[in-house]
Amino acid sequence: MVSLRPETVTKPVAAPRRPAGTVYRGHEGMWSWVLHRITGVAIFFFLLVHVLDTALVRISPQTYNGVIETYKNPIMGLGELALVAAIVFHAFNGLRIILIDFWSVGTKHQRAMFWIVIALWVVLMAGFAPRQLMVIMTEVQ
Amino acid sequence: MATTIEAPRTARPRRNVEKWGWIYMRASGVVLVVLIFGHLFINLVAGEGVKQVDFAFIAGKWANPFWMVWDGLMLWLALIHGGNGMRTITNDYVTNPTANRLLKGAILVAVVLLIILGTLVITTFDPCPPNAAPGTLDVSLCRALGR
Repeated sequence: MVSLRPETVTKPVAAPRRPAGTVYRGHEGMWSWVLHRITGVAIFFFLLVHVLDTALVRISPQTYNGVIETYKNPIMGLGELALVAAIVFHAFNGLRIILIDFWSVGTKHQRAMFWIVIALWVVLMAGFAPRQLMVIMTEVQ
Repeated sequence: MATTIEAPRTARPRRNVEKWGWIYMRASGVVLVVLIFGHLFINLVAGEGVKQVDFAFIAGKWANPFWMVWDGLMLWLALIHGGNGMRTITNDYVTNPTANRLLKGAILVAVVLLIILGTLVITTFDPCPPNAAPGTLDVSLCRALGR
């Protein structure tokens, strides 16, 4: 017969401060979901404004150009950079979600695919950011 | 003895709106990646970058039906995709039934109005309107159109 050692029974166990050992919480799966939501909402509100300002072409060329002119400054230029950053993440992570849903081993590779999304995002932004910053600089002059 | 179950043995399949919403997000998403990446490249990267955008630039693009269809498709797909995403988020966080209905109603109204407005703008666009101030038009385009 196995005898219970008293110390293993009575020793108090410290309660973990946060839920430990979950697969999802605090990991790539959760953060990709959080970022997908935040970028999605941001892009939606931009889209509302974007359709409205483009609709000004129907009032008169000078009305449209006048509003667009207010966008041509470094602050809006940085805003456009942030918008493109959000769109590129949302696009690649959206394709990752589709692969998780339809690719037979998609769920198995979801974590690796998250880091591929980040890598692709870094590559595209490394290409776009200098281009956009160059355009902003020529606007300042 | 085998028992026979009278027809209909299975419930009539119901139209599953949520399933079609789920499929729409994925189908439109793939198309939108292509449309929006192309849109961003043409408008922000190619040529002089974002500072090239003005009335004459748009007139030049929409002189070609290809870009009218491109932009029209982008308008419809993106607004419905975004509206459905906002609806999902509203259902996740807004538990008060009145507030939930109100917010989703506002999203629907915004999406429908902007689709109508955007479609009208693309289809009724005049590249050489008579009220144009001097220097705002693509002169060579308007000459080519005999305006």
